[in-house]
Amino acid sequence: MDAWSRFRRNRLALLGLLLVAVLTLSAALAPWLAPYDPGRQSLIEKRARPGAKYILGADEFGRDILSRVIYGSRVALLVGVLSATIAVAGGLVLGMIAGFSGGWLDSLMMRGIEILLAFPYLLLALAIVAALGPGSLNTTIAVGIWGVPAVTRIVRGSVLALRETEYVGAARALGAPVWALLRRHILPNIVPGLIVYATLFMANAILLEAALSFLGLGVQPPTASWGLMVSTGRDVLLVAPHVATVPGLAIMLAVLAFNLVGDGLRDALDPRLRGS
Amino acid sequence: MLTFIVRRLLLAIPVLLGVVFVVMLTIDLLPGDAVTLMLGEHATKDAVARLREHLGLDKPFLVRYLDYVGQLARGDLGRSIQQNRPVGAELADAWPATLELTVAALLLAAAVGIAAGAASAVWPNSLFDAVARLGSLFGLSMPIFWTGLVLIVIFSLWLNWLPVGGAGSLTHLILPAVTLALPSVAMIARLTRSAVLDVLREDYVRTARAKGVGEVWVLGRHALRNALIPIITLVGLQSGQLMGGAVLTETVFAWPGLGRLMVKAIFARDYVLLQGAVLVFALAFVIINLLVDLSYGLLDPRVGRQG
Repeated sequence: MDAWSRFRRNRLALLGLLLVAVLTLSAALAPWLAPYDPGRQSLIEKRARPGAKYILGADEFGRDILSRVIYGSRVALLVGVLSATIAVAGGLVLGMIAGFSGGWLDSLMMRGIEILLAFPYLLLALAIVAALGPGSLNTTIAVGIWGVPAVTRIVRGSVLALRETEYVGAARALGAPVWALLRRHILPNIVPGLIVYATLFMANAILLEAALSFLGLGVQPPTASWGLMVSTGRDVLLVAPHVATVPGLAIMLAVLAFNLVGDGLRDALDPRLRGS
Repeated sequence: MLTFIVRRLLLAIPVLLGVVFVVMLTIDLLPGDAVTLMLGEHATKDAVARLREHLGLDKPFLVRYLDYVGQLARGDLGRSIQQNRPVGAELADAWPATLELTVAALLLAAAVGIAAGAASAVWPNSLFDAVARLGSLFGLSMPIFWTGLVLIVIFSLWLNWLPVGGAGSLTHLILPAVTLALPSVAMIARLTRSAVLDVLREDYVRTARAKGVGEVWVLGRHALRNALIPIITLVGLQSGQLMGGAVLTETVFAWPGLGRLMVKAIFARDYVLLQGAVLVFALAFVIINLLVDLSYGLLDPRVGRQG
């Protein structure tokens, strides 16, 4: 049975895929889907309750929450995809260097990675943002760097295991250059694992971006970011609870979607891990 | 036993020095400068240079790093830039609140997570199992700061049972601890379920049942006890997540702990205070994982004998 038919039989994974599709469509078609301009203020309608005009209500500045949630999917997906790219690319390079060089360089790199992994995740991202300053790009970089150590360890582990296999040994004996070994034999074997990791990483990246933005250290106003929307709603929580709680639902659904797809992919691509 | 503890604590020193190195290097390598931020954009070059010299920022990175490590060896964490108080004193004010919050959350997460996971494993594919698994999926996907706000709306605004924020009494602790515990409850429940399911398939469980041991005794004496090692390992690793989560929870509930202090330090570019706070978190993480390793010896007599 191939991976897709295994994936297809997993109802939760399909639900996740559907949610990811909705999220992607909302990001791509935001200008057409959103009923209002996400920045349009209407101070006489501030904190409007959900109703006929504003389906999900309006925020502190009278901006339409539905429109901002739709536009917020752009920020979430963009930060997620770009930071996943940074994490995978950085981890791939470092992991291959460590795995292939061995010796003192490998030990030194692994000690460094262990230190980074021993670090509570949010604190590492906070330290990076503290140094870079807030903003969308810096948030993406911070989230991406946070993912590098884990990818490095995965890649290094696979390289070490594959290096000892007979077909790689044979290719080496035939005099294949290192980069050809990597490209032809090692990379294709690492890719499935990396796809699973990257999908699950997307879920955590969206959470982390939201958390940094909530603290005021991530995406800056007036950009519509879900975490930032929760943070502005917090000031009026007791008067207008919907301002903070509605965007949080969007975060939860997006994170849930990528977690479901990631779990489904892991079961489909690596049947040995099934059952737990 | 004592030599083991001492050796582990000594091994932690390079890790902590590495953490300090990484944090200082990140702050140093990347653009943005505490001094310009403190003095404003229109400060004269002379004033900037003098403040840099005063704070020791004119020296090369390695010299500053070694200076800081030398200070640490004397038990001096420096003075915070903004408040101009000893960092040690600021941290001493804040850490008990964070300890209270994280320990409460950890105990809650372990108790609820292990109970729910064990129940799921005993009745797999039952209604309870389905609800618990779905619940843990949501628990892992909810942003912790949002959970906190939702709990405030429900229990403070609508039901008026618990205070909105602040610290001081047990009622103040309930909402932040529950908020912080939820993602860990989900993780621990998932792992407990699969660990107990594995153990229940073992021969010794079948033997115990065959000789007529009651189900409760099988579960408590055989299944849970043997499943406990992976669970405790996860609980130790979760403490790292809890510390990250504490930063958010403390912000939501105005809880006067290290997390809030750290966020304040970041906004003020008070890197001396930031380094101190990070160091305390890293030290706590090292100690918790040492305790986890020590607990293996208590849970599994085979571990202890190997030394």
